[in-house]
Amino acid sequence: MTVLYTRLARAFGAEVPGLLGFLALVLVVFGIMAPNFLTAANFGSIAFQLPELGILTLAMLIPIISGGFNLAIIYTANMAGLTLAFVLNLYGGPEAGVLPFVFGSVLAIGVGAASGAVMGLVIAYIGAHPILVSLAMMIFLRGLGEFLTKGGDISGFPPYLAVLGHGSVLGVPVPLILFGVCAVVWHVLLTRTRHGFAARMIGSNIRATTYAGIHTKRTLTLIYTLSGVMCAVAGILMLARFNSVRVGHGEALLLVTVLACFLGGVDPFGGFGRVVPVVIALVVLQVLSSGLNLLGANQHLSTAVWGLFLIAVMVLRWGAGRYRQRKPGKG
Amino acid sequence: MIGTAAMPEAEAITFRNVSKVFGGVHALDAVDFSVGAGEVHCLAGENGCGKSTLIKIITGVYQPEAGAQMQLFGQALPQITPTLARKAGIAVIWQDLALFAEMTVAENIAFETMLGNRPRRVNYAAMRAKAQAALDRLDVTLDLDARLGTLPIAQRQVVAIARALVSDARLIFMDEPTASLTQSETDALLAVVRTLSMRGVAVVFVSHRLAEVLEISARVTVLRDGKLVGVYPTAGMTQSRLTELMTGKTFDQVVAARDTLANPVVLQVENLSRRGEFADVSFSLRAGEVLGLTGLIGAGRTELGHALFGMTRPDAGVLHLNGRPVSLRSNREAVAQGIAYVSEDRLALGLIQPQSIADNTVLSVLRKVTGRTGLLAADRQRDLVAHWIAELAVKIGQPEDAVSTLSGGNQQRVVLAKWLATEPKVLILDSPTVGVDVGARAGIFRIVRALADKGLAILLISDEVTEAHMNADRILHMAGGRIVGEYDPRQTSIAALEAAVYA
Repeated sequence: MTVLYTRLARAFGAEVPGLLGFLALVLVVFGIMAPNFLTAANFGSIAFQLPELGILTLAMLIPIISGGFNLAIIYTANMAGLTLAFVLNLYGGPEAGVLPFVFGSVLAIGVGAASGAVMGLVIAYIGAHPILVSLAMMIFLRGLGEFLTKGGDISGFPPYLAVLGHGSVLGVPVPLILFGVCAVVWHVLLTRTRHGFAARMIGSNIRATTYAGIHTKRTLTLIYTLSGVMCAVAGILMLARFNSVRVGHGEALLLVTVLACFLGGVDPFGGFGRVVPVVIALVVLQVLSSGLNLLGANQHLSTAVWGLFLIAVMVLRWGAGRYRQRKPGKG
Repeated sequence: MIGTAAMPEAEAITFRNVSKVFGGVHALDAVDFSVGAGEVHCLAGENGCGKSTLIKIITGVYQPEAGAQMQLFGQALPQITPTLARKAGIAVIWQDLALFAEMTVAENIAFETMLGNRPRRVNYAAMRAKAQAALDRLDVTLDLDARLGTLPIAQRQVVAIARALVSDARLIFMDEPTASLTQSETDALLAVVRTLSMRGVAVVFVSHRLAEVLEISARVTVLRDGKLVGVYPTAGMTQSRLTELMTGKTFDQVVAARDTLANPVVLQVENLSRRGEFADVSFSLRAGEVLGLTGLIGAGRTELGHALFGMTRPDAGVLHLNGRPVSLRSNREAVAQGIAYVSEDRLALGLIQPQSIADNTVLSVLRKVTGRTGLLAADRQRDLVAHWIAELAVKIGQPEDAVSTLSGGNQQRVVLAKWLATEPKVLILDSPTVGVDVGARAGIFRIVRALADKGLAILLISDEVTEAHMNADRILHMAGGRIVGEYDPRQTSIAALEAAVYA
């Protein structure tokens, strides 16, 4: 047991064993209380709901690790979705072929990257606070998006997009596969690349990182650019899932992504955070909400439970920290 | 000669048989400690010797193990609480001073008198009067309305002392009070302490810088590994004797200088200037040489170091590296050219304290630990870290531990490891022993000497003249942004050098 614990903790982060325990507990409790909880249908629906929130959380994760924040993730995703929608409509809406979709997606990712790059440049070179910069970007994108769509929806997309939003490959939902790929890419980025390494160091102490000879300005710009790219991926997925694009779609998810990061043990002050525990935290959140849903609880109640859950986790971490300090050898 | 305070007549505090155990380790083991009324006393010892634990017991933060006898101002007490210690008149001024940068001098000094259980209006006139009275007792003039953040450290310290006086302190502990002061500021502080002493307020210095300790204290209490080594009068005490007492080892104070003038020049600096920082600086640094650069704080030493490391760009002048002119647009270019810089501010700039020892070590050489795939290779990181930890004999638990868990000396070795991994040709050491214990300093300089023997060109910036004298092959004296003298440690005595620098 202890061997498993240390192995998991070392490979994926100290938070992993505890979060897996939490997940098991939640599964058992709901399994007993809600008769149709442990069913393929229920897990299927969880698997389709998780990816949007998951990809948006990945977009939030790296700015937080670098000691910053990205408030503009939702509207960047919306704006990327709009870009794709415009391109599809230009090529005939429901009749548009695959090529316009590819072209539109590339353009959408470009829009996401541009939004992130602008924020990154301002944060890195002007030294403005990330919360202010991303707040400004968020308001700008919202206004621009509402101006372009006149506050309405854009819909009428080619039917093959249903494969991306609702299809499965060998029983695995396509959105989940997309999320899986994104998570693996992010995990590798953070643990195995120089920029990911530098992002963590910047999060702890940007001046010392600069003194060590790291091009911190470039790395910061890249971090926000990548965050924007991830937003764009989420925006494309949302378009496929809802078969429509509307500015403000997914607005409620913004703070949930922050919640998921902190549940996953990301340091709110930057410097520490890993992908795997954040993914598990996302699963816990989604399982909690679907379980409560099956019990007939109101959607609002499940949001309340999420809040309680975060407080409980903080109390438990505090307790675990005190327990560790009491152990002999430290003084 | 500056007069030392008289030996005490009455005891201010007396502690006997004080022990404290943390997790089975004796942080303090049957220590006796007493300070006379109005005495200036020094509490000396290396980091981890139990100084802070003792202060925390005296101020009631920690409770000692059973068997301790405690007396505050003649009153035997079974237990001390923080409130009790404050009421009795014991104050501690920690190194960070714990003042409010955004508040005025008067507010900082007297705000505590405005605190109470019930809400009431702040009486600014009374607060100013109290602040002024406290400053008067110190014979110091300060603008009561100046914002604290605008004052130099030395004056902030005076504010901290005045604050202690407002709450009627009769015994003030000062933790490393001179660590960031220039010589003249230190002298001014010592004058304030003498005034305090004459008015019956005892002061206990907790200090690393030994020369000042000897100058002003009546007695020295030395702790080592949680045990009392002894209490000594400062009359007749020498610096080397005190170092021996603190470390339990003897150090040979031999000048290490050798003749390096025949070695090839690695770094040639010609007429380097930067407005407001330094002017017309020229010198050459040779392979295998340790070139000392000393001078008071504010002489432009660190600013020069920053320019040589590419952090700032000089307005005029030329740098030659191995005979070729170089122009550094950033410190990344400096690193690429083989220049490494160990910052004087290890906490904020030298290391990323919360991150691991391993990550700090590889931070400057991420390219070297990148595999053929373009991804960081875990085995290369591990090997590199293991190599340097062994090479520099860094004492660590696990490479994954946060670097902040290490002692000052071991942290400095990690900084050295980080830069040596870049295989530099020029190593700039800016005050490399700040916050490093006396015992560990010798170890740092053994490494420096070994590196020079391997041909590395080393610029040793230090505000401690003794340190430069003992470890450098040649010494440059910097004052007012200019190089004003060059000395050979073999032909110049420490006293002569100190006289020149502190003149």
